[in-house]
Amino acid sequence: MSLHYFFFILLSVLAVASAIVTIATKHPIRSAIALVVHFFMLAGLYLTLSAQFVAVMQILVYAGAIMVLVVFVIMLLNLGKDQSLEKKITFNNFGGIVLAGTFGLAVIYAFINLHPEPTSFPNHNVNFTTVQAIGRSLFTNYIVQFEAIGLLLTAAIIGAVLLAKRKLM
Amino acid sequence: MLMTNIPLEFYLVLSAILFVIGAVGVLTRRNAIIIFMSIEIMLNSVNLTFVSFSIYFGDTLGQLFVFFVMAIAAAEAAIGLAIVLALYRLKQTVFVDEVNLLKW
Repeated sequence: MSLHYFFFILLSVLAVASAIVTIATKHPIRSAIALVVHFFMLAGLYLTLSAQFVAVMQILVYAGAIMVLVVFVIMLLNLGKDQSLEKKITFNNFGGIVLAGTFGLAVIYAFINLHPEPTSFPNHNVNFTTVQAIGRSLFTNYIVQFEAIGLLLTAAIIGAVLLAKRKLM
Repeated sequence: MLMTNIPLEFYLVLSAILFVIGAVGVLTRRNAIIIFMSIEIMLNSVNLTFVSFSIYFGDTLGQLFVFFVMAIAAAEAAIGLAIVLALYRLKQTVFVDEVNLLKW
């Protein structure tokens, strides 16, 4: 057991546990805190893959921006407690769990049988994970998509303002 | 040099497990905000798959996809939470099973 395995197993167990807490807990604010922990664990997993740019973006965008927005809305609405997941196993919930579990087992089966023996990562030069490489690719080959994302974010901001406004004029 | 000697399948199976947890959250919870958070878990698990395949193939494109997915998720969170606010103003609830205006 090397240190790599230790960190991977630690991060993945914490990620799965915080994801389960997120969907199973009663109060939305606890879900939000567990989700922040989940995002940090995923950032750690990206670092074990030596994808620094994605790890930093994960913390900045998800744990920083999106979760602040979610917590802000939870506080603003001042919601009471929802029922927790395990107390209301109705037929619909049971169907949902069975459906998702079947799908997950199928995907895991497909992933495990990708190759007969476990595939290790090839030893590339890791220059393609740096901010420099990603920025060069983003501003040369994929500049149209990048501008389209800017357009989409502008439209989303206008849409959010229009939706949340009480009266339009 | 790449710093990991963990097999690729470990990352893929982990992302599948996280996707299933998010899907269970979407299918079983009533609170719209928790449904949003479950969607974020699902998007993140797909991002993990993208990054691991990007590292595996030695190509930057997978990480660019993650960048685009993050931008879409930010837009989705802004619009979705604005919808939740408008819904709460209209019906005084965020439970999706109490909103049945379009149900016949």
